[in-house]
Amino acid sequence: MSATVAETPTAPVRRAPVVTDRTKAERRLGLMLCAPAVIVMLAVTAYPVGYAIYLSLLRADLRFPNDRTWVGLNNYGTVLSSSLWWSDVFHTALITVISVAIELVLGMLLALVMHRALFGRGLIRTAALIPYGIVTVVAAFAWRFAWASSVGGFVPKALGLSYDPLDPTHPVTNYLVVILTEVWKTTPFMALLLLAGLTLVSEELLEAARVDGASAWQRFWRITVPLMKPAILVALLFRTLDAFRIFDSVFIISNGPNPKLETVSILGYNQLLNRLNLGLGSAVSVLIFLLVAVIAFLFIRGFGTSLAQQRGET
Amino acid sequence: MSQSRGSRIAGWGTANSLVILFALFPVFWIAMLSLKSPSTISDGRLIPSSWSTENYKQIFKQAIFTDALRNSLGIALIATLIAVVLAAMAAYAIARLDFPGKTLILSMALAIAMFPPISIVGPLYNMWRNLGLFDTWPGLIIPYMTFTLPLAIYVLSAFFREIPWELEQAAQIDGATPWQAFTKVIAPLAAPGVFTTAILVFIFAWNDFVFAVSLTSTSAAQTVPAAISQFPGASQFQQPTGSIAAAAVVVTVPIIIMVLFFQRRIVAGLTAGAVKG
Repeated sequence: MSATVAETPTAPVRRAPVVTDRTKAERRLGLMLCAPAVIVMLAVTAYPVGYAIYLSLLRADLRFPNDRTWVGLNNYGTVLSSSLWWSDVFHTALITVISVAIELVLGMLLALVMHRALFGRGLIRTAALIPYGIVTVVAAFAWRFAWASSVGGFVPKALGLSYDPLDPTHPVTNYLVVILTEVWKTTPFMALLLLAGLTLVSEELLEAARVDGASAWQRFWRITVPLMKPAILVALLFRTLDAFRIFDSVFIISNGPNPKLETVSILGYNQLLNRLNLGLGSAVSVLIFLLVAVIAFLFIRGFGTSLAQQRGET
Repeated sequence: MSQSRGSRIAGWGTANSLVILFALFPVFWIAMLSLKSPSTISDGRLIPSSWSTENYKQIFKQAIFTDALRNSLGIALIATLIAVVLAAMAAYAIARLDFPGKTLILSMALAIAMFPPISIVGPLYNMWRNLGLFDTWPGLIIPYMTFTLPLAIYVLSAFFREIPWELEQAAQIDGATPWQAFTKVIAPLAAPGVFTTAILVFIFAWNDFVFAVSLTSTSAAQTVPAAISQFPGASQFQQPTGSIAAAAVVVTVPIIIMVLFFQRRIVAGLTAGAVKG
């Protein structure tokens, strides 16, 4: 804003020259301090994405390294016309929608308990952080070992199931275990993001509503939820994007090929690292990237309008 | 409001117990599984019928596990150190200095926080093989620090905004340069925020599976999550259930210790990042 002022000290003086020198030094320091982080982030994300786009336009199979030809959008055609891609998108969307919906409800309850409990708040916050911190692979193994008859899980025995719930021929129970794992592992994270919003809701407002005779239910829906809307949207955005790239728990719980449980990240991984087909695998990667970008864009638009509404209201 | 004090206490007691049960039961059952003797491992009981530490003795004898533990610790600690230093520099600039491009940097960090790692696993695999970084520590440290930088920058700049401005100005009036104001005045005040960020970054690096399973192949750099997914059984006909359960408990111990000691900091870090994000 004052760049022109700095270069023409003889022009009508708005600021003393000492201040502009200082501003220049401050800008230089600001950019220098940010440069390493920015360079690392660009080099490890933007460059590989560009490289992935380039690879996705080639026939690039690591098993035949000398046979690389430009195929244009053929790889995308192959992926988008395959039923495999669309069923994997459907599987991923199914897991995402169901687990995020359950997490939102449980996360809100957990946030309310963490915020309002008469006693033991430190204890429950500590307990809730354990699933958040635990290694996802470990969480997935814990749930798999509990449910798989083949390794002597206690759940099928306790429920008296005659079949192995994690056998690939029983997709419903496979999904159930994946969703339970996701919900268990990430509800605390959802709850913490919601807790951040809950602490912003003014106590006086709730108290005033209570004095005016609003029930706890009405106070929650009419005051707490509308005021928390930005926090809810942030929590939903982060969890939806996170759930959409689900990989670890599906990889462990599938325990080998399980086409009915395959998600888009698993598909990308298999194409790239098992079949070593960089061209097709990169096309899958770029499509996942685009899907995530679209989801993020929709959320951020919703987020912008809700913020604007809130500013208009207050 | 007609509720008596006793029934309210009972109600919250029930709610608290449910939360604790929900959070800890799976940890409890994998710990129980790890303490079963190898012959009773698949008996389908929750509580072991014969207790044994055999699984733990086994995994600490296997190089695949001890090497992985060493790699996990080393890689996570180095990635944490570098990410926190880079993020602290950027967050200080964002919170304290006026310079063009600040919004651009924050939006870029937000975009990377939403980035699907699987989208760059393939290109990184190819690049790392050409650069000789495949199956090395730096090969994992670089993606870990990249993916934790956004969270670290957000959390740290939220903490840095809370630090009183006046102290920095006072130091500058007394003749300190912006750099001196950073190292001598702000850095000590910022230590709690830096520490919180370090915990969150460490948890991410300790947790990762996608990069670990794609960018490593041997015990030179394989971390514990990747190693336990590939544990061999004692024979081809035996599943490595006991070893996996014991290894799972071992890698959970550092997390439980961190959570027990730093619960307040982790909650503050995650909520600060969320409010600013």
